[in-house]
Amino acid sequence: METLINKLKTAAPKAALLMAIAAGSALQSCSKSDGSGNGGATADALSSDAASAVYVAPGKHDELYSFLSGGFNGQVSVYGIPSGRLLKIIPVFSQHAENGYGYNEETKAMLNTSHGFVPWDDLHHPKLSRANGTTDGRWLFVNGNNTPRVARIDLKTFETVEIMEIPNSAGNHCSPYPTNNNEYVIAGTRFSVPLDMKGGTSDVSLENYEKEFRGSISFIKIDPKEGDMELDFQILVPGFDYDLANGGKGPSEDWVFFTTYNSEKAGTLKEIGASQNDKDYLAAINWKLAAKYAKEGKLHEMPANYYHNKMDKGTHTAKSTVKKNVRYLLPEECPGMMYLLPAPKSPHGIDVDPSGEFMVVSGKLASAIPVFSFAKMQDAIKNKAFDGEKNGIPVLKYESVLKGEVKEPGLGPLHTEFDGKGNAYTSMFVSSEVVKWKLNDLKVVDRIPVYYSVGHLMIPGGDTKEPYGKYLVAMNKITKDRYLPTGPELAHAAQLIDISGEKMKLLLDFPTVAEPHYAQAIVANKVAPNSVKFHKLDENKHPQAARKESEANVTRKGNVVHAKMTSIRSHFTPDNIEGVQVGDTVYFHVTNLEQDWDVPHGFAVMGANTSETLIMPGATQTLKWVPKKAGVYPMYCTDFCSALHQEMQGYIRVSPKGSNVPIKFSTGKKKQNIPGVASTK
Amino acid sequence: MKAFHRVLMIIAALSLGLLFLFPMWKIYLKAPQYPEGLEMHIWVNKISGSSESVLQNFNILNHYIGMEPIHAESFAELKFMPYIVIAFMITGVLIALIGKRNLAGAWTGLLMGAGAAGIFDFYLWLVKFGTNLSPQAPIKVPGMTYIPPLLGRKTLLNFEALSLPALGSLGIFLAILFGILAFYLSYRTAKKKVANTPVHSAA
Repeated sequence: METLINKLKTAAPKAALLMAIAAGSALQSCSKSDGSGNGGATADALSSDAASAVYVAPGKHDELYSFLSGGFNGQVSVYGIPSGRLLKIIPVFSQHAENGYGYNEETKAMLNTSHGFVPWDDLHHPKLSRANGTTDGRWLFVNGNNTPRVARIDLKTFETVEIMEIPNSAGNHCSPYPTNNNEYVIAGTRFSVPLDMKGGTSDVSLENYEKEFRGSISFIKIDPKEGDMELDFQILVPGFDYDLANGGKGPSEDWVFFTTYNSEKAGTLKEIGASQNDKDYLAAINWKLAAKYAKEGKLHEMPANYYHNKMDKGTHTAKSTVKKNVRYLLPEECPGMMYLLPAPKSPHGIDVDPSGEFMVVSGKLASAIPVFSFAKMQDAIKNKAFDGEKNGIPVLKYESVLKGEVKEPGLGPLHTEFDGKGNAYTSMFVSSEVVKWKLNDLKVVDRIPVYYSVGHLMIPGGDTKEPYGKYLVAMNKITKDRYLPTGPELAHAAQLIDISGEKMKLLLDFPTVAEPHYAQAIVANKVAPNSVKFHKLDENKHPQAARKESEANVTRKGNVVHAKMTSIRSHFTPDNIEGVQVGDTVYFHVTNLEQDWDVPHGFAVMGANTSETLIMPGATQTLKWVPKKAGVYPMYCTDFCSALHQEMQGYIRVSPKGSNVPIKFSTGKKKQNIPGVASTK
Repeated sequence: MKAFHRVLMIIAALSLGLLFLFPMWKIYLKAPQYPEGLEMHIWVNKISGSSESVLQNFNILNHYIGMEPIHAESFAELKFMPYIVIAFMITGVLIALIGKRNLAGAWTGLLMGAGAAGIFDFYLWLVKFGTNLSPQAPIKVPGMTYIPPLLGRKTLLNFEALSLPALGSLGIFLAILFGILAFYLSYRTAKKKVANTPVHSAA
C-alpha cells in the first residue's frame, strides 16, 4: 500500500505534465480552423528542420534506395530515402495483375513449386548482395516464408529473376543471409518437421514432436558473376524453431549465427510451451568449415523434390527444373562446425556489429539485451567451457561467452542495427520506442518513441561492415491514428529517424505497402547507373518474337492459334485477326518494338481469364485466351503510350467451331508509313 | 610552292579526314517528354544519333505529322559523298607534291563549291521532309510545315529544334582555310621574289 502511494506521488507531476501537453495540442488544433485531427501522438521530438531534411525537390533524386519487404503481399516495395516516396513495387512470390507477372506465359513458371502453382507467399527479409562485407547493389535476395522459397531480384531491372524452393524446410523464416562475398546465401527453417528423408515429411502422430521433428539449414551457393543460386548442401539440426540469422564479419567472418526458440520442443500451444525455458539458444555455425566438411565427403544424400525457376535473359521467359536430391551434413559428425550459446528467453533478432566482435541477441521476452563476444566464444571453444550438449552439439557456458548485458533497455527488444560510430539501436515492440546504446559500455544513451510498436528497424548498411549512419527507418506494426482513417484496414507506417547527431530526431512518417518486416537500403549511386532503360530488340531471343512488323503473323496448329504481334506507337500489327474459332487456345505473343526509355505497351483482350500484360520496350510477352462464344472481341493497349493511345486497338473475329473462315490478319487497308519497319534491319 | 606551303596543303587535304571521325551536322530536339534530348547526327556517310535507335524514335514522332520516315538508305548522297571527300584528300596531297600554286587555288575553290553545294542539298532535304507530308497524317495543323532549321533554333509544335554544324564540318573549314593559306602565302613569296629580281633595262 505504502509503495503504491509513493508511486502515485512520483507519477503525479508526470501526469500533470502530460495533461498540459495534451491541452496544449488541443488548443493548437482548435486554432487551426479546419479541425482536422492530428495523430494522437504528435511527435514532440520533431525538430524544426525536419521538413527540409526530407524534402527532395521536384525532379531531384533521393540519396538512397530502400527495399521494404511486403510481408503478406509477397512483394518488395522500393522507397526513396529520405523522401519516403514509393518508387516501385516488385512482385516476387505473388501474381501482379498490374504488369502480368505470374499471369502471362513467360512468368507463370516463376511460381511453380513441388506443391503446384503457388501464386502467393509471405515475404519477410530482403538482403542485398555483398562484396567485401558491404552492399554491392547487384541483387536483392528475399525469402518466401510459407512455401519455403528464396528469390533473387536483379537490381539492373528491378525484376525477380530466380526463385528456388527449399526442401526439408517448413516456414523459411530464418532466411536469406548472404555471407560477406555472397559465397553462400543461408536459409533456416522456422518450423521443424518430421523429415521422412525421402524428400517429404512423415505421417506421424503430432505427439512425437520431440522424437521425430528436425530442422534444416540450407547453404545456397551463388554464382559470383551471374548470381544464379544452387542448393549446395543442408545441415540437419535439432528440432527447434529457427528464427533469424546474421553473418559474422572481420574476425567472425567464417561464422553465421541463428536465434532459436522452442528449445522445449513443444508441439502445441507454443506461446506457452515454447516460453518455458529460461534460456534458448543462439546457434553458431562455421560455414567455411561446413563447406570444407562437405567437400571432404562428410555429405549424405537423400531424395528430394523441389523446384528451381529461372528467368532467361534472352527470351525473358522463366523455366522450371525439378531437382531430385539434396546433400546434407549432420552436426554430430562434424566436430567444431556448430555450437549452441544459451540466450535468454525465445530470442528473436541476432545482429553482429560492424567490427564482427559483438553478437547482440534481442530476446523479445527478456528484460536485458545480452551481448556476446566473439573473442570470448573462441576462447570458450578452445577451453571447452561447455555446459553439456544437445543432439551432439556442444553448448557453451553463458557466462563464458557473454560480454555483458544492456540493462533496462525497454520492453520487447526485437532487432538491433549499428551506425558504424560505436552505437547500437534496438527496436522495442512493447514499449514502442527505439533505444540507442553504446557498444563499448552497453549504456543506454538515448530513446525515441515510435508510433506504434516497432518491429524491425533498418539503418542503410546497418547489418554490414560499413553502415551509412545517417538515417534509421522504423517499421511499425500498428498504425491507428497516424493517417486519415481508411476503414478497418490501415496501411502500416514507417518512420524515418535522423541518427546523425547525438540525439535521435524524428523526421518523417510514411505509409507502406502491406507489412514490411525488414528492409535494406543502399546509396543510390551503387544502383542507379546500372538501371536498364529498355531491352535491346536485337538481343530478344524469344522464340515467338516478331522483331519487325513484317515478321508478325497468325498461324494455326490444330486448335492452337499463335498470333505473333508487334506494338509500336500507336498501333498493333496485326490489329485485325479473323479465323479464330470458339474453343481455340489463342496465344498473343506481343513484341514491343519501341527502343526508347519509358514506352511500355500493354495488351488486353475482352473476356480473357487473366490479367493484362505490360510489355517493356524490346521484350515479348504472351497472353493466353480461350474464346467461349462466337463474335467480335476488341483488344487494346492498356498503357497510355502516346497521344494516339486511345486509337491503339484492334479486333479479333471468333467464329463457331468448325467454321470455314480462314486465318486472316492485317493492319491498315493499304501499306502505310510504319515506323517500326523504319529502322529495324 | 616552297616546302612550308606544301605542308600547309597537306594539312588542308588531311583535315578532311575529320569528316570520317565526326558528324558534319547535328540536329538537337528538345521536348517536355525528352528531358535527355534527342540528337540526330549527319555524317558524310551515315546518319546516327545520341542513342542507337534515335532514327526509329525520330520517325515515330514524325509519323504523327505525316513526315516520311528517314532512312539512311534513301540518301544517295551518303553513298557517293565519301568518295568525293577521299578524292579531295588524294588530289590535295598530289597537289602538295606537285607544288603548283594555281592547282592549290583551284582545289580550294572547288572544295568551297562542293561545301556550298552540300549545304544547299541538305537544305533541300529539310524542305522536302518538312513539307512533303502525308494527307492521312493523324495530326494536321493548317498551314503548318515542319522544316527544321538549317542553322539555329526553331520551335515546331512541342519540339524545339536546334541545328548546328559539328566537328566534321570543321574539317571542311580547316581544309579551305589551309588551302587558302597555302595559295596566298605561296603567291606572296613568289611576288616578293619577282620584286627582288633585278630587272634588265634592255627588256
